[in-house]
Amino acid sequence: MFDNKVYHKIDALSGSVATLRAEGVKYNEIAEVTSRAGVSLAQVIKLDGPNVTLQIFAGARGVDTSARVRFLGETMKVPFGDELLGRAFTGSGEPRDGGPHLDSNKVPIGQPSVNPAKRIMPNRMVRTNIPMIDLFNSLVVSQKLPIFAKAGEPYNDLLARIAMQANSDVIVLGGMGLKYDAYLKFRDTLDKSGALAKTVMFVHTAADPTVECMLVPDLSLAVAEQFALKGKDVLVLLTDMTSFADAMKEIAITMEQIPSNRGYPGDLYSQLASRYEKAVDFDGAGSITVLAVTTMPGDDVTHPVPDNTGYITEGQFYLRNGRIEPFGSLSRLKQQVNKHTRKDHRTIMDALIKLYASYKETVEKQSMGFRMSSWDEKLLKYGEMFEKEMMDLSVNIPLEEALDKGWQILADCFDKTEVGIPSKLTEEFWPKS
Amino acid sequence: MTTTGKIVSVNGNMITVAFDGAVAQNEVGYACLGDKRLMAEIVRVRGRRCDMQVFDSTVDLSVDDRVEFSGELLAAELGPGILRQVYDGLQNPLADLAEEAAKISTDASYFLQKGMYLPGLSRTDKWDWHPTAEIGKRLTAGEELGYVTEGIFKHRIMVPFKCTGVWTVKELAPEGDYTVTEDIATITDASGNDMKVQMMQRWPVKVPIKCYAERLAPTETLVTSVRTIDTFFPVAVGGTYCIPGPFGAGKTVLQQTTARNARVDIVVSAACGERAGEVVETLKEFPELTDPRTGKSLMDRTVIICNTSSMPVASREASVYTAVTLAEYYRQMGLNVLVLADSTSRWAQAMRELSGRLEEIPGDEAFPAYLESRIAAFYERAGRVKLKNGEIGSVTIGGTVSPAGGNFDEPVTQATLKVVGGFHGLSRARSDARRYPAIDPLDSWSQYPSVIESERVEKARTLLRKGNEVGQMMKVVGEEGTNLLDFIDYLKSEFLDTVYLQQNAFSDVDASTPEDRQKVMFNVVEKALFTDYKFTQKDEARAFFMSLQQSFIDWNNVRMDDPSFESSLNSLVKRIEEAARV
Repeated sequence: MFDNKVYHKIDALSGSVATLRAEGVKYNEIAEVTSRAGVSLAQVIKLDGPNVTLQIFAGARGVDTSARVRFLGETMKVPFGDELLGRAFTGSGEPRDGGPHLDSNKVPIGQPSVNPAKRIMPNRMVRTNIPMIDLFNSLVVSQKLPIFAKAGEPYNDLLARIAMQANSDVIVLGGMGLKYDAYLKFRDTLDKSGALAKTVMFVHTAADPTVECMLVPDLSLAVAEQFALKGKDVLVLLTDMTSFADAMKEIAITMEQIPSNRGYPGDLYSQLASRYEKAVDFDGAGSITVLAVTTMPGDDVTHPVPDNTGYITEGQFYLRNGRIEPFGSLSRLKQQVNKHTRKDHRTIMDALIKLYASYKETVEKQSMGFRMSSWDEKLLKYGEMFEKEMMDLSVNIPLEEALDKGWQILADCFDKTEVGIPSKLTEEFWPKS
Repeated sequence: MTTTGKIVSVNGNMITVAFDGAVAQNEVGYACLGDKRLMAEIVRVRGRRCDMQVFDSTVDLSVDDRVEFSGELLAAELGPGILRQVYDGLQNPLADLAEEAAKISTDASYFLQKGMYLPGLSRTDKWDWHPTAEIGKRLTAGEELGYVTEGIFKHRIMVPFKCTGVWTVKELAPEGDYTVTEDIATITDASGNDMKVQMMQRWPVKVPIKCYAERLAPTETLVTSVRTIDTFFPVAVGGTYCIPGPFGAGKTVLQQTTARNARVDIVVSAACGERAGEVVETLKEFPELTDPRTGKSLMDRTVIICNTSSMPVASREASVYTAVTLAEYYRQMGLNVLVLADSTSRWAQAMRELSGRLEEIPGDEAFPAYLESRIAAFYERAGRVKLKNGEIGSVTIGGTVSPAGGNFDEPVTQATLKVVGGFHGLSRARSDARRYPAIDPLDSWSQYPSVIESERVEKARTLLRKGNEVGQMMKVVGEEGTNLLDFIDYLKSEFLDTVYLQQNAFSDVDASTPEDRQKVMFNVVEKALFTDYKFTQKDEARAFFMSLQQSFIDWNNVRMDDPSFESSLNSLVKRIEEAARV
């Protein structure tokens, strides 16, 4: 272990990147940089003849040219085991919660991609007890879905709710660029609900070095993959992937790479995809489901980060005004599961949404000063009830209850001939008053 | 003595190698990492150094690691046993990779192992060889020596494509079962040199196979069973087309229905840098589905090349070339082959990544300057050809494009539009309105012949444009401010859109509309569009079209051999006639 070569002369420093002359170094190997700024890990990101370029996780501030660089001969690893549950770590895998340092059973991060021949067709639902998800856009095991929101939306509250309520075996939470109080809120909320015991957190806060931000998805997904191989259903929650992309942008510009679109590196798509594609349902083992917040700068979905994400993921949730938008939000895989839940699921889902769309039109008409017909009045009543009892994020009921509630709302507002549902179903499900 | 070299630099998936001896541009080499060998391709040579893109992760490579050059270009293995396979971009069979990796450990079997490559064709499977050439016959490259049976096809074994000049058949192995590497013939060239021929040959994927007599114009419609395409924006046998569209507009569903229903012999589906989940869907569904034309599993006519978005970027480029090479090979047997590439943008992005690492001067949006010529050369490999024996074969290429932000003005879409014969632009507005397939009927175009006469199609399109204009105007002046005739035109265009352009990809009957049915349908639609109606009220007109629409959609879901097909048709026509002005 101690025969690793040690160097004391750094030739160039720029941003978080250092260059020095060294021999026998492997690409992507980890090194330990000790300087007056402290000790930090670093990763080899370029080899050019005798020159080795290192990315220092803690940043290069305070690193002096005579800093001690020791190459460790291995790539980045993360400890793994059940003792991770309930713990919080930084973006470089150090304990953030004051708990013991874990060093056993380390697994490499950023492993090769899954052989498509060993994947299976997803067919199980992840229950979240949030009607806007379970009823309208069911989340499916092994799905990768982003939550598109503009800054200021309560996306972290939504993630925390999902973490508390989802029926997964293990939750891995990856925070990137989180405010420190947001991290505390996550921790306390999960702790109170008891979900912390099945959660592992890798959190990079806004005050931490940029490079660590880039490592969070890899650490989270490497751990998730190990749990999944052991047969667990793992739900990975990432927030916020736009911070991750911005960290990549920062590093790419420091490395003098040619930017492609709005300063982002040309491989943005591949970088995002290699993380999202870790979502998998293994043929014969567990699964990974990924839910990732992607904030949209300027609420613009054509911004490179949400745009590239949309091409990778299997649908998207739009979070607007504190609610999951029924229009635009889409779970591409919902068809795989909502045929097996209850026979009225698809019908009531379509009927509720169609009526809500009519309600929106009526609201528009109303705002333009048109006279409201009696049908319009019914729609207005329905829309308000729907928003309050279904769309509100605080509604916490299992799918079956949500279906019943859907029928109840319809019955409260309409006659059963007005809702466009085949009479076979209304006879069975229409609430008896 | 093969050339060897040593790594001098590593940057992402690119390595620079100092070599001794001779190397060729695009030659394949292997970087040695312990007992693993990582495949790489030369992309630039400068003096005694060359830059190589590695088809695998470069993690753990270091300066001075050994590189061995193969002396060959990146090549595909051609021979019986390609159909039904699921390959990665470098023609490694994925199922075999999983099996091989399982020897390491169960956990390992789930992943694509670094440096693990397996032959594209089984070395142990035997094929029933039937010689058909005669001893002493003089043949050129691509001409038949015999055949084997591969599923539903007669798989022709030919004089290897690399042979130049005229060769004489000297010996033919007797009928029997042989593996792809056993000798099945000996041929002699003009100077008397003998060559042993096996069923398998290797061909560099970036070089088009041109062992045919002449190239023909793409004049025949390739029926995809998608009405909007076949009637309004047709694809030709041996033609090219592209499908650009923003995410969620239904590119992949459209490619999948085309793969299922297109009237071709073989489909080569290249999933290039897209979602693994969608490939899995195809993988699991196709073996279960039957090909309506042969009654056999759809998989029997399908090859899947899959390099999903998380697989090594460098093999994305290889995957589209591998796909088109396999297609060209089957074209040599007089078959019609369709290549579906999803998505060419990911391939273009792979080129951009590499170009950036090579520090080339960037073009628009940092894409390399040679983007256009590469895309053009790729689509030019499509074509309908007359083979040396007079048979006709074809390769048709359809590529999706994923433009950034859904904006068609970006370089990849524009470079593609210049070289294709059909443009199926998907629109976000249509997909948001759940009008599938979301092919924009006003912006899209095709230069190929339709299943319906072009004047009739043009007339219908004119009405669509008119209806669209009225619709735009109505948003401003409201229904009240629109005159009745304009309003009826609007209803007519909506009718055409709803019953003909829109098609339900998930309905058993409606998903696939064969050519004869399209003709019957179009007759009725035309009647509805070009009848002068007697309506005096807008509500009356609307009610008529709404109810006609509903009956028409019901009719769309009736099988053609169902007795009610004819009666529904007659009742539709009757209702139109009854509403006409006398």
